[in-house]
Formats: sequence, structure tokens, C-alpha cells
Amino acid sequence: MLTQYAFVLIMVGVALSVPILAILANYFLSPHKPDPVKTDVYESGMKTVGDAWVQFRAQYYLIGLVFVLFDVEALFLFPIAVAYDKLAFFATMETILFILMLLAGLIYAWRKDALEWQ
Amino acid sequence: MQTVPYWGDVVTGWLTGLGLPEGWALFIAYVVGAGILITYAMLSALLLIWITRKVVSRIQDRIGPNRVGPYGLVQTVADALKLLSKEQISPAYADPAAYNLAPILSVAGTLMVLAVIPFAPGLIGVDLNVGALYIVALGSIGIMAALMAGWGSHNKYALLAGFRVVAQLLSYEIPMVLSILTVVFLTGTMRMQAIAEFQALRIFGFNLGLGWLGILMPASMLIFFISSLAEAELTPFDLLEAESELIAGFHIEYSGMKFAMFFLAQFVNSWILGAILATLFLGGWQGPLVDQIPILGLVYFMAKAYGIYLVQQWIRGTFPRVRIDQLMYFAWKVLVPGMVILLMYQAIVQKLPVALGIQYLLVFLGNIALIGVVGVVLKRYFEQEKIRTKRSFSPRTLVGTMQPAPEGAD
Repeated sequence: MLTQYAFVLIMVGVALSVPILAILANYFLSPHKPDPVKTDVYESGMKTVGDAWVQFRAQYYLIGLVFVLFDVEALFLFPIAVAYDKLAFFATMETILFILMLLAGLIYAWRKDALEWQ
Repeated sequence: MQTVPYWGDVVTGWLTGLGLPEGWALFIAYVVGAGILITYAMLSALLLIWITRKVVSRIQDRIGPNRVGPYGLVQTVADALKLLSKEQISPAYADPAAYNLAPILSVAGTLMVLAVIPFAPGLIGVDLNVGALYIVALGSIGIMAALMAGWGSHNKYALLAGFRVVAQLLSYEIPMVLSILTVVFLTGTMRMQAIAEFQALRIFGFNLGLGWLGILMPASMLIFFISSLAEAELTPFDLLEAESELIAGFHIEYSGMKFAMFFLAQFVNSWILGAILATLFLGGWQGPLVDQIPILGLVYFMAKAYGIYLVQQWIRGTFPRVRIDQLMYFAWKVLVPGMVILLMYQAIVQKLPVALGIQYLLVFLGNIALIGVVGVVLKRYFEQEKIRTKRSFSPRTLVGTMQPAPEGAD
């Protein structure tokens, strides 16, 4: 049973080593002639103004929050889905209540205009 | 029905027969298996890029690559060799850790999904009992890599594209996870191999292999497909590389192999999403006679996965790009509520005290109803949009709403 995860672990190792090897091969095969113009910020030839690491819009943050709400709830639904046939009627009601709460969260975000994109 | 043994057991058995201790045999078998899977992914990426270029150029009335090798097949290899000799230009102000890790994580997160894709009976990297959840979990690594690339590059365009990617991928992750969830609800398992086996259709013990869940749940399948287009950053959801606005997307500042890694990850990812769609909704390796000749399963699976890839490229060549507000509107106000309601409906239907056939029929009808509702919502939206664009572009409706044009202006 646990040996299955050995395969996943080996897969992680191989999957990480392939891009690392490719980038290293590129690094050793290619020329290195950096100059200030080349390593400057690329903006299609325009001189860049100010710092790139600026404050970003709160909209992205709201979307992130709603995503976390849904993703965690979906995560909880996976084990329920696997055992669904063996569950009693009471558990069914709880599942539906759980999904309804998820829906209530979405409606709340909707009413608060968190989903509007200006 | 003969059961096909898992490849890992076969290889391990053969190696222990040669006199190796069991632990080492398992280790060698797994390393070789993982190596073959990843080599396959790299080689198929060459083919996938060639298919895309050929299909899209045919749609645009061009010939596409045709000089290097027969039908230009070796063109991608030549491109890869060229990229291998290109200088790696690192921007001076970049955050080195995030900048260098992003392409590696992007590829690794994509390739690792291959571990749970069932290619044929017995031919799956590893049949994890949380296979579907494993796919969902790895989906987040690509999102993180995109944000790392956008932030680490120290470029405003890259950062803007990075934010767009994260907003888009996060939004479409939800309908995708929920549609996987409907499959898990119906099959009662997260094993990918078991989901493929579930879709057999046995008549008098003969496996037709046509009990595809996509026939039973068309709405789930369509929503999975639409979300997979968004997840693979394909048209109509390729805002993050809107050339006219953002130069190239979050990988502007990357060159050489680092850029190639993002490119590779994108192509392999769209194939893998197609393969997951084939497994979940189109029966995976199921097809006629697959019980008698198991190797036919590989043929069926590849045909389905590459067929879906072709459809993706067809859409890439023909669809216009959507606006970001339309993208978010469609994900959060159409797909997510629709999928949540469908999930609730399915949870109720599966507990009704009726025969299994009637339950399936009710699930099917619910799916059809959802497609209808989404169609009506989209139709109303398009009508509104038509009125809006007419107002802003047609000169007749502008009379009285705008200031008169200045003298001499046309």
C-alpha cells in the first residue's frame, strides 16, 4: 500500500530533475555576455518607470478568498463522495446542508459585489 | 473476463526471479517506470507542438512547418536545439529564487500528473486510491509557478500577466474540481483505474466498453472541457498572453531553456487535461473487445486523448479571445452555481429509493436541464452585449448622446 507512494516520490525526483538538467545543459552550452541593456527590464524598448513590485488590486485578493472557501469545501466533499453509497439518510441531509452552506457563501460574495470585475 | 496484472508487479516479479532482493527490484522497476513516463511526455511534447502548428496553420490557410524532415516533423527538434544554445538572460533586478524555480516547478507539476493516468488495463503509473484528489492537488503547483514567474521577473507586464493567470486559473479550478466530484459521487471511487473500469457496458457478459460517463453526464463533461481550456491557457481563455496588451505573458523575461520549459509545460498540460477528460468521461481505455485484447485499450486511450487535443487546437485556431470581466462572470456566476446545484441534485437523486436505471435517467435529465439553463443565460448575455456594442459603435444611436464633433474632424 505505502510502496505506491514510493512511486510518487520517485516521480517527483525524475520530474524535477528533467527541467533542472535541461536548464543546466543550456547554461553550460550557451554564451554569457550580459550587458546593462540586455539585463534591463524588457518593456518593448521603453524606459521603465518606477518599481515593478507595486500594490496590486484588492480584486485579486477577494477572488483568492472565495477560491479558498470553495476549494476547502470541495476537498471535504471528496471523502463523502467515495463513501456516499454506505451513508445513512441522515448523512445525506448533512451533505446537502453542507453544499447549501457553500451556496450561501457564494450568494453572500455575489451580493457584496466581490464577483464584479471593474 | 481476464484481469490484467499491474505492470509494477510483473516487472518486480521478473527482477526478483533474476535474484535481486525485493526492495531493490521494486526500486529499479519504479525508477524505470517513472523514466519511461517522463520520456514519453517529453517526446509527445515534440509531436504535440508539431500537431498544433500544422492544425492552426491549416485553419489560417498556411502550410506550416514543411522543410525540416518529412512534413516538417523534425522542426520542433531543431527549435529545441536552437533554444539549447541560446543565452540565458536574467534581468538585473529579478528575484533569483522565484525567477529560477518557476520554470522547474511548472514542468514538474505538470509531469507528475502522468503518474495516475491509466493508459491501458494494468498500465498506469500507480493506481493511487486518491487518484482524482492527486490531480486536483497538483493543479495548484502550476498556478504557483505562474505567480512566481510573474513576481520574480520584476517586470510590470509579467506581474500583470501573473495576476491574470492566478485569477483565471483559480476561478476555473472550482468548476473543474466540482465536475470531477460529480464523477466521484457516481462511481464511488477516486481510483483512476476503477473509474475507467466503471465505464464498461456489459451485455450478456460481453464488454462493449461504451458506458461512458460523458453520455450520462454531458453537462459535467462540457464544464470540465471548458475549465480545462482555461486551465491549459488556451483560446478563448488565453488572456494572459494577450500579445497586444501584455507582450507575451508572465514569461517575457525568460529566454533559452527556461522559456522552453514554460512552453513545454503548457503543451503537455493541455494533452494531460485531455487525457483526464478521456478517462473521466469518455471511458479511458474502454472500448469494444478490450477484455479480450487488453493492448487495444492503449490504442483507444491514445485515440481519445489525441482526439481531444485536436479539438482543443481547433478551438485555438477559430475562437476569439474573451474579456477578463466576461471570463470571471462566466466562471463565478454561471459555471460555479450551476455545478454546485448539479452536485446537490445528484446527491439527492443517488439516495432516492428507486432502481439504478431510473437514478441514471434522472442524473441525465438534470445534466440536460443545466445545459439548457446555461444556454439561456449565455443567449441573454449575448443579446445585451449586442445592444451595448451597437449603442457605442453605430452612429445613428449616438445622435443626441454625444457632443458634436469639432470642426474639421471627420
